[in-house]
Amino acid sequence: MTDKVLDLYAVSVSFDGLAVLDDLEFSMEVGEIRFLIGPNGAGKSTMLDVITARTRPQRGSITYNGIVDVTERSEHDLVRLGISRKFQTPTVFHSLSVYKNFEVALGFRDSWPQLLRPLSGEQHDRVLEALETVDLAEKANQLAGSLSHGELQWLEIGMLLVQEPKLLLLDEPVAGMTRPERDKTGALLGSIAGKCSVLVVEHDMAFVREFAKTVSVLHLGKILSEGPVEQVQNDPKVVEVYLGHRHERTS
Amino acid sequence: MLTRRGSLSIATGGLLLLAAAPWFLTDFQVSLLAKFLCFAIVAVSLDLIWGYAGILSIGHGVFFGLGAYAFGMYLKLEAAGPKLPDFMAWSGLTEIPWFWGPFREVAFALAMVLIAPMAVGGLLGYLAFRSGMLGVYFSIVTQAFALILGLLLVGQQPYFGGTNGLTNFSTVFNLPLTDPNVQFALYYAALGGLAIAFVVCAVLTRSRFGLLLIALRDDPRRVRAFGYNPVAVNVLVFTISAGLAGMAGALFAPIVGIVSPAMIGVVPSIEMVIWVAVGGRGTLVGPVLGALLVNGAKSGLSESFPLIWQYFLGGMFVGSVLFFPRGIYGSLQSAVARWRRGRSAQVPTPVVPDGVLSPERSRA
Repeated sequence: MTDKVLDLYAVSVSFDGLAVLDDLEFSMEVGEIRFLIGPNGAGKSTMLDVITARTRPQRGSITYNGIVDVTERSEHDLVRLGISRKFQTPTVFHSLSVYKNFEVALGFRDSWPQLLRPLSGEQHDRVLEALETVDLAEKANQLAGSLSHGELQWLEIGMLLVQEPKLLLLDEPVAGMTRPERDKTGALLGSIAGKCSVLVVEHDMAFVREFAKTVSVLHLGKILSEGPVEQVQNDPKVVEVYLGHRHERTS
Repeated sequence: MLTRRGSLSIATGGLLLLAAAPWFLTDFQVSLLAKFLCFAIVAVSLDLIWGYAGILSIGHGVFFGLGAYAFGMYLKLEAAGPKLPDFMAWSGLTEIPWFWGPFREVAFALAMVLIAPMAVGGLLGYLAFRSGMLGVYFSIVTQAFALILGLLLVGQQPYFGGTNGLTNFSTVFNLPLTDPNVQFALYYAALGGLAIAFVVCAVLTRSRFGLLLIALRDDPRRVRAFGYNPVAVNVLVFTISAGLAGMAGALFAPIVGIVSPAMIGVVPSIEMVIWVAVGGRGTLVGPVLGALLVNGAKSGLSESFPLIWQYFLGGMFVGSVLFFPRGIYGSLQSAVARWRRGRSAQVPTPVVPDGVLSPERSRA
């Protein structure tokens, strides 16, 4: 059990009587990159909310790294323990420069007196490294508010990387990106792989096909199917969910 | 935008100018300016939370008032000597209430000057921020708080002197308040207080802690998701701000010679916000300028136009919001930036301390 970075057991969440997650069971191995897909309203973002303790499940258990009971931790506590999350819409600090955005991200384990001092040399090097990784070194002094949509997504990912998470949750990292930007993000994912476990929520099926190995399909708050991309794609249940939806819309 | 060194030299220059001012002013003007310096301290404390962390308090009169009352109680007991303070005798009290006794001790009174506003500010902040109350909702709560405390003090005639407040101070540390030299000393105490408040806020806002405050203003959700506890950061900065405002109140009490509920309520609290808005929020230097200019204009105008001077004050606020949304100093900064760089598409927001990435600086 200890080699699982994440283990959800019988997790249920409902809002006003509407079940969003329904006895959900899900687990991920350490070091794994997992893609999570599913139609709108399947509960994907809620699942991330539950893993990061933004939302408390009504029932069920969530175990991180084999020992941490997520339901008993606060949101910021979990981040310190190594769970980082990128939001669906890029969320950065627009009135700070790119570099200063990194400074904020990096200080999360520093005490208040430490926050009164500048970054240490080692921390500064980590920022430079992350800036290179997400290809924003040239724009370090620009205000984050002046970046393009794709760059904002990378900035947010870079800020998460600098925190050196053990489990990285990415909510639609390529939403709204152009084709070249999407490919660049895919390559970025490849370079992150091996450093930490990654769970990617994605809508863009072309992106999933190209970069995913293992895929889980969430539907009506449950895992409908799980496995290698080709297998999941040809799973009749998955086909029905996606085609069925299309069918309903056209009829 | 002015460089860091530019802002620093303006602040130092201003400080020297203010330090020299008493030699060129009449006694009356010196004590008037001393009063304005106390207001400038409040303005700086307000800028720390509003200009950086985005927390608008329209009830900062509460903390100013708590500091003023804490030191005022000491002054009142000193003036009364062995007797009961006059307003207590008028209200029929026969002995000093238990919570007044400790204020005979200078050390206790001075400690309470900081502890009372910080405790109240910390508690108010904790209760509000814990339940996610931010933005305009928090502002309204602070305003309601100012109203409540004002009414409470008015109602407590026997204990706090009611509407009149605490008056007829005669000495401070056994020195007569009417002595021009004492007023001189109080002026420099107020100036020292302003320097302390300014340095505290400058150190905080120019550090990574300051970046965190701006980040909280931009996106509290992201700050939490980066592993910070936004409630703790907000409560901390609000508590510091309340303490600085309390210090301003304590300096105000002996300078003006009266502490009354009129300084605590809604209207004075809103005036404090006006000083910051007119001067330029998120600049620290701006609010000092704003407090001095607005109050200078106020006392000048109320003498020349006793009936309509408040319209000028309102006009000043509306005008600055409409035409100089960054305030006097903020607009000045933008103008300097444009002049320096010629035509430029980007004008950085004034709250961002000048940001040139220099590896040497961070490594040093």
